[in-house]
Amino acid sequence: MLSATKSSVLLNASGCLDALTAPEVARSLDGFVTKTITPEPRGGNPPVRIAETDAGMLNAIGLANPGRERFLAETLPRLRGLGVPVWVSVGGFSAAEYAETCAALEGVAAIELNLSCPNVDEAPESAAAIVAACRAATTLPLYAKLSPAAWDIAEGARAVEAAGADGLSLVNTLRGLALDARTLRPALARGSGGYSGPALKPVALAAVYACAAAVELPIVGMGGVRTGLDALELLAAGASAVALGTILFSDPSAPERIRSELAAEAAARGLSNPLEARGLAHSSLQMGVSHPGNEVQKVPGNGRKVTA
Amino acid sequence: MRRELRRVIGAEQVGPYTLLRIDRGGLDPGEPGQFFMLEAPGRVLPRPMSVCLAPAGELGFLIDPIGPGTRALCALEAGDELHVLGPLGNGFELTVERPLLVGGGIGIAPLPYLSRRLGSPPAILGFRSEWHAEAAALLPGAEVCVEPAYVTALLPDEPYDVLACGPEPMLAALRALAPEAQLAWEAPMACGYGACYGCAVEIEGELRRLCVEGPVLTARKDLVAVSN
Repeated sequence: MLSATKSSVLLNASGCLDALTAPEVARSLDGFVTKTITPEPRGGNPPVRIAETDAGMLNAIGLANPGRERFLAETLPRLRGLGVPVWVSVGGFSAAEYAETCAALEGVAAIELNLSCPNVDEAPESAAAIVAACRAATTLPLYAKLSPAAWDIAEGARAVEAAGADGLSLVNTLRGLALDARTLRPALARGSGGYSGPALKPVALAAVYACAAAVELPIVGMGGVRTGLDALELLAAGASAVALGTILFSDPSAPERIRSELAAEAAARGLSNPLEARGLAHSSLQMGVSHPGNEVQKVPGNGRKVTA
Repeated sequence: MRRELRRVIGAEQVGPYTLLRIDRGGLDPGEPGQFFMLEAPGRVLPRPMSVCLAPAGELGFLIDPIGPGTRALCALEAGDELHVLGPLGNGFELTVERPLLVGGGIGIAPLPYLSRRLGSPPAILGFRSEWHAEAAALLPGAEVCVEPAYVTALLPDEPYDVLACGPEPMLAALRALAPEAQLAWEAPMACGYGACYGCAVEIEGELRRLCVEGPVLTARKDLVAVSN
């Protein structure tokens, strides 16, 4: 699971990195989350599967993956050889399918249950039912990845906590659509797709903030993170780890950059470790920011002062 | 692959296209047919561009301004900076006996670099207008045709090793006429290095990532058209 002693915990968002084609990027993270694995192999949706928008992008990849058997026999052994903790993203079309895959997994850091992908047509059973089935099938840490489209995401968090989840991954993509400007037809072959990128950050912050107040579970926060400050904000909202998605497409060096930016942003606020920011958004304490050239005095409840 | 912040040396108009020249710095230009992801100013995602020319200290990219990203790239000026990632993908197989370069429209982009590496072999280029055909100046000596004439009509009878890049209908026609041809395909790409799974094309019955398996593919493999 995530080590509380690390100064920052960065993962990739599932589906946003292939550790086997870019091992150096995977190694720059604290953990690698696989593309969602389904029982049967899937080629995914027909092209065109991606489209850029003004403040993000859409993807309709459609859970392309080698399938459970080939993943276990070929992919997972190679991933283990990279020396990075592996989180396996598990998907399926019934609680039983999710549970079967969970039961077959061992020697991985955690399982992330993809409960909310907008790119498949069939709706699975409720998130809580799936978590319960998986809980019975494995002792591995189970993180429930929830959709931000729920009216009350905290309710979903409480439900999966009660069903036995060990953590939350917030958030999956939102359903979005782009029209080609010339033809005025959908840019994606499948029509709609998952909306990700900078526009999602306020949505992710709201989800993390609400769920952190509702449950005690550790949270991997993700959605539109581009900078160390974005990551710090998710931690402040209540996350204990941050995942990078769309940013990896434009900047494979993002993990290193964000890690050092995050440390600098934390230090500028008088924190010796970014994880000390966890939950600060819920606190009534005042906090000042110190940058070279200004002196900021804050008087938090513990009487600490920060000067440049 | 390396990602570096590089400075623009210049941007020259070539017909409707722009030849964007960038200070190469420490970047390896790669092989003809390989590409770089260019940061598109003001956009979320970079844009894939084949290496068009690789003179000492420079990388040149031929860009067609068809959308917000390519328009922003074509508007860059000397001194502007942008992040560049590459070289990416698999280029042309250069050990061929009788090369013939075939290009269509903006698809001619990788051919100037390829031509110089192969010692200026015969080349046939097709464009939709005389204005577009001004880009043929990048391949001195090339045979040029303009629509309604198509390059396939200019193919010689003798066998050649065809190396081609251009619109899908052109590649499909070449595939039928020259089964051994090396074809440089295109697909929308978010990342260019295998992370996004967006650039899938059907190869031998399976959907595979063009940036990892291509973009240069042999026509013999079972390819389905990329666009819907």
